Amino acid sequence: MVRLAAILLLAALPVAAQDVAPQRAAALENMLIQDCGSCHGLRMTGGLGAPLTPDALADWPDDGLVATILHGRPGTAMPPWKALLSPDDARWMVGRLRQGVTP
Amino acid sequence: MKRLFTVLVAAMIAAAPALADEVRSTGALGIVIERAAGTVAVIDTRAHTRLATVEGLGDLSHASAVFSPDERYAYIFGRDGGLSKIDVLTGTLVNRVMQSGNSIGGAISDNGRLVAVANYEPGGVRVFDADTLAPVADIPATDIGNGKRSKVVGLADAPGRRFVFSLWDTGEIWIADFSAGPQPVVTRITDIGANPYDALITPDGRYYVAGLFGEDGLALVDLWHPEKGARRILDSYGRGEEPLPVYKMPHLEGWAVAGRHAFVPAVGRHEVLVIDMDTWTEAGRIPVHGQPVFVMAEPGGRHVWVNFAVPHNDTLQVLDTETLAIVETLTPGPGVLHMEFAPRGDQVWMSVRDGNEVQVRDTLTRKVIATLPADKPSGIFMTARAHRIGL
Repeated sequence: MVRLAAILLLAALPVAAQDVAPQRAAALENMLIQDCGSCHGLRMTGGLGAPLTPDALADWPDDGLVATILHGRPGTAMPPWKALLSPDDARWMVGRLRQGVTP
Repeated sequence: MKRLFTVLVAAMIAAAPALADEVRSTGALGIVIERAAGTVAVIDTRAHTRLATVEGLGDLSHASAVFSPDERYAYIFGRDGGLSKIDVLTGTLVNRVMQSGNSIGGAISDNGRLVAVANYEPGGVRVFDADTLAPVADIPATDIGNGKRSKVVGLADAPGRRFVFSLWDTGEIWIADFSAGPQPVVTRITDIGANPYDALITPDGRYYVAGLFGEDGLALVDLWHPEKGARRILDSYGRGEEPLPVYKMPHLEGWAVAGRHAFVPAVGRHEVLVIDMDTWTEAGRIPVHGQPVFVMAEPGGRHVWVNFAVPHNDTLQVLDTETLAIVETLTPGPGVLHMEFAPRGDQVWMSVRDGNEVQVRDTLTRKVIATLPADKPSGIFMTARAHRIGL
């Protein structure tokens, strides 16, 4: 029960944009727009990849999005990014996507 | 009489467009997409200068361009469904229509009268009058349920007033023939393979080749004999190997041909594939620095230049098309996105996205001979494309 509560508490923690160092955050922001944007659009409105606007992501929990970034989506063109991104990086990106990203 | 003459001359001068007081031709001009800013730079490829910046072009993610037969107008295909017509002589936006919600490139017909746009949303191809951008035809792609239609990729022009394109979701190649008028005759070739991601047409316009993302291999259509359907080629190039993550989709723009060999990026492997065009079988593969994105031949065919997906996108490799050896590895800078050779090959332009510059290199020495500042540059397109089939 305590463990379940801890899990729920963890899941409920807001994704904060300050989870990574400022320099890393700048690199991740550029990567989000320029590299994720290659497929998802620089404004995250979609392309070959799905739209990643706050509205489009509203029904997706953070953990699922983090897992998708790290492990990809088999059967689609979404690759696993775990060789380039840490779990903290991915969580930062999810938080950033929820704020809305524009170049 | 003399007075009338003076008045006429004055009227002619007043009617001249802004830049025409300096007579200029378009053969050495080109454009650079500044994709994040939504602007396009008009460049002089001989003087190595920026002549103008055209603004207000919307979302230029993955934007590309084609040119009118007279090399005066560039048609820019944006991500947001915007189709923009730019006058490269005056450096101005002359027309712009929002033709869909999400698009991925286009083509211009062999007679220069029709501009076609490949759309993701709604999936299909829309065709416009090149002069006015008025709609001419709408070709919805195959229904995939939930009110969606297949995304369209790899749209190219072919001789005989035809456009050829691939359907990402349903694995098809369609040929839309406009030779009988504005209502196209559409030939649908199905079961070409899973997830065609891009395509190209040989320089003579005869063969259309789509790369497959969902399986190994490419789909080949002989446009002289579309009734024969598509033929699978190189369908076992990755057999038995676990594919590597593809962090950026390769592109099949242009056609890297040298003699009987064509060079294309492998998908999920750090290799360039060599195709024997006489037999359409694999003639070799060249291990390279990363996932290849663009594999482009010098116009003379002596070397092929390759750029790579992130995290290897600071590097270019130059391959010898005879020995298949890597002759040089260059590191132009962070985010080398695109290359464009001058039509006769003496210089190569490249966008270095995160360096915020365009580099011009001498193709022989491979040294930088000029740099132009540019805001996150991506695609580079020279007007000579106006005269090339499939570009």
